Amino acid sequence: MSTLTGKVAVVTGASKGIGAAIAKSLGAAGASVVVNYASSKAGADVVVDAITKAGGKAVAVKGDVSKPADAQAIIAAAIKAYGKLDILVNNSGVYEFGALEAITPEHFHKQFDVNVLGLLLVTQAAVKHLPKGGSIINIGSLVSRITPPGSSVYSATKGAVDVITGVLSLELGSRGIRVNALNPGLVETEGTHTAGFIGSDFDKQHAASVPLGRIGQPKDIADAAVFLASDDAGWINGQLINAAGGAR
Amino acid sequence: MSTLTGKVAVVTGASKGIGAGIAKAFGAAGASVVVNYASDKSGADKTVDTITKAGGKAIAVHGNVSKLEDAQAIIDAAIKAYGHLDILVNNAGVFEFSPVEAITAEHFHKQFDINVLGLLFVTQAAVKHLGKGASIINIGSLASAGTMPGSAVYSATKAALNAVSTVLAAELGPKGIRVNALNPGGVITEGSQAAGFTDDNPFVKTMIAGTPLGRLGQPHDIATAAVFLASDDAGWITGQLLNAGGGAR
Repeated sequence: MSTLTGKVAVVTGASKGIGAAIAKSLGAAGASVVVNYASSKAGADVVVDAITKAGGKAVAVKGDVSKPADAQAIIAAAIKAYGKLDILVNNSGVYEFGALEAITPEHFHKQFDVNVLGLLLVTQAAVKHLPKGGSIINIGSLVSRITPPGSSVYSATKGAVDVITGVLSLELGSRGIRVNALNPGLVETEGTHTAGFIGSDFDKQHAASVPLGRIGQPKDIADAAVFLASDDAGWINGQLINAAGGAR
Repeated sequence: MSTLTGKVAVVTGASKGIGAGIAKAFGAAGASVVVNYASDKSGADKTVDTITKAGGKAIAVHGNVSKLEDAQAIIDAAIKAYGHLDILVNNAGVFEFSPVEAITAEHFHKQFDINVLGLLFVTQAAVKHLGKGASIINIGSLASAGTMPGSAVYSATKAALNAVSTVLAAELGPKGIRVNALNPGGVITEGSQAAGFTDDNPFVKTMIAGTPLGRLGQPHDIATAAVFLASDDAGWITGQLLNAGGGAR
């Protein structure tokens, strides 16, 4: 794996699932990690424990990315704890499927506020601290490309993440900051278990459409995130990378 | 950098430029490397020397990828030297620009034979040795976006390479073989310098102005990404067209 020795990373929504795996991998690669959580303090503490017990550095920081004051506080906590910031992983996200007929402003705002506005607010707070060589990784989703029925709003938020990634890669490139999207397919997490995806027809159908013949695990995504965060990816900017075993 | 310890790699067209950069980075990451060349033996020998002097393993193997028997011989040499094969980098390629009025069958075949048919021949020879966890990396180009006047044929070969990459990702995925394209933008190499793409070239100036990170690429920029794609760290990445161009499109 690439090395992140001496770098400081913020991972939003890192109390479980993909975010937790990314935080742990960044920690294992040598980065000091701010493990952000919105509600699950216990989950975030478990992640911090795992990193520190393996000899790494991490702190848990509460904050709802969709609130400007919280977004600022998450970044301020990183600067306070570690003095600088090199890597931002915008991983916080919620999903809720709903057929067209069932879409409500609440369903819409809930997902756009966290998945898109929250991403912008944290990036806004982070960018004044990011140096040349800084890396922003937006965790999108394969749904922006496969557009499953009943996912209009969720897929739209992830389409927006793709576009923002392209825009910010142009906007921040001249400052030496790279911005990429890492877009997982279906990944087995606490969240996808709770939502009933794992073992469902959707799961089986999806696995059958994946050339590598299985669904993803959080570590699959985390390994790719470490690369994108590292200087080994120094020439990779503005890319939407599907981490999905070849599914489209 | 990711580790490639114990893996065997073939890099076609590795006597200079991007191919040489990738071969050297692979060697440094622990892979045993077959450094293929079509004509520049001394360049290939230099690449091999650099790898072995740094404590790695490499051999130079002659072969024109567009000839079926040569493609087979390149892969045979890897198996003979190292006993197995894990990584194939289809890097061999030629470029030649021409306005549409000047396109000839020769101009067309020269580029399609090496950039596309050659890639298919070497992959065909390699695939029977590649198993679960293997990685094929096709070196394409940002030119495949099709925005460069005078590059119809070259850009078409690279668009074909993109399509071949996604087709083979679907076709070889069930065998556990990953296939990705790594598409550089403008890179400073012996080849690009010889072709006149130097810093004072107006085309190069435009290219730099269109690159968010504000410079041209170096072979090393491409090589570090290739090491990732070759490694198990990229185990869930397949069928991707990854631009390595500093954000240029």
